[in-house]
Amino acid sequence: MRTSELINALVEDDTAAPRLDVRLGAAVLAGTALAGALFFLLIGFRPDIAHALETVRFPYKFLITLSLAVAATGVVLRLARPGVPAARWGFALFLPLVLLALGVAAELLATSASTWGARLVGSNSMNCVTVIPFLSIGPLACLLLALRQGAPTRPGLAGAVAGLAASGIAATFYASNCTDDSPLFVATWYPIATAMVVVVGYLIGTRALRW
Amino acid sequence: MTVPTREEEWAIWMRAAIAGDKAAYRRFLVAVTPSLRSLARRRAARLGLVEGDAEDVVQEVLLAIHLKRHTWDQARPIGPWIATITRNKVIDALRRRGLRVEMPIEDVVESLVAEETSDGLARHDIDRLLGQLREQPRDIVRSVAVDGATIGETAARLKMTEGAVRVALHRALRALAALHRDHGD
Repeated sequence: MRTSELINALVEDDTAAPRLDVRLGAAVLAGTALAGALFFLLIGFRPDIAHALETVRFPYKFLITLSLAVAATGVVLRLARPGVPAARWGFALFLPLVLLALGVAAELLATSASTWGARLVGSNSMNCVTVIPFLSIGPLACLLLALRQGAPTRPGLAGAVAGLAASGIAATFYASNCTDDSPLFVATWYPIATAMVVVVGYLIGTRALRW
Repeated sequence: MTVPTREEEWAIWMRAAIAGDKAAYRRFLVAVTPSLRSLARRRAARLGLVEGDAEDVVQEVLLAIHLKRHTWDQARPIGPWIATITRNKVIDALRRRGLRVEMPIEDVVESLVAEETSDGLARHDIDRLLGQLREQPRDIVRSVAVDGATIGETAARLKMTEGAVRVALHRALRALAALHRDHGD
């Protein structure tokens, strides 16, 4: 087929092209709904949540998880477009880390050293590293499906960042159930759970996000 | 009022194209092709490939630009978007032919400035991949591409609804891109 003939076919194919930002936004909403549905069906808020909301540590967890979800979603939208530099938004990914570090510093200053071990280990670590990945499945699947409409120059990286976003969403739900509020706990176990989702996102991304 | 640069012209046409202006889209594709061709031919020559291979790459890039045109952020210049897609597809195509390729994006951007206007004879990659589609999608693509028929005329000829032809054409193009990617050479 001559190139001029191919051009005929391309011009005639006027099926409307999807808007990437709308698709990704819808994916985030759908993924959040899926994670939420599973969460409320199977897990639910911690019973003392009204009391927990009055403390400092409990709401602080959401600051971290939500900033991760938002920053990662912003980066993923950029990664889906060829030729768009993602570097500046990439810096946004430092925000949850900074918040975490500040929380840890405050905790170390405010509590006695003899309690640090117990706070770090907590009593829910196994829940944490299983529930967060479990709840991320819905958001990750939705994000990857939406990313297939894009053209990520680095499919693995895009999948990995989608994993970060999915983790952030899942962790937000999980944090509302978990009774270990110490930043020491969060800084230890949430990243482990997140890393697992990121690796899965990366692996699937390298295969599923090629175009 | 200043005369728009070539890149700005491309952006204007593409913007209109995305809004539904077929004539503008044709203008864009026809205008962009010589630059793609010159890049592909330079790369091919350097690696000892025949000219037909280069034209196959041109067709693959055009298909990718078409299927992913919505990934262009209209608030940004169109040059880097075209250059990135081109680079990706050229690297993929050459890799499939067993060649390791180093291609800094600056080379690509520079090459898109040069132009080759003569219509190349492809090595028939697309024809071979078309052969892997089922008969109906293949007929639809040939009717639109080779015979130059519209979707409406094709629908009448094949006794299908316009909607069905439109969907089938789009799916066929996506299938061609997927076949390029997964089975390539």
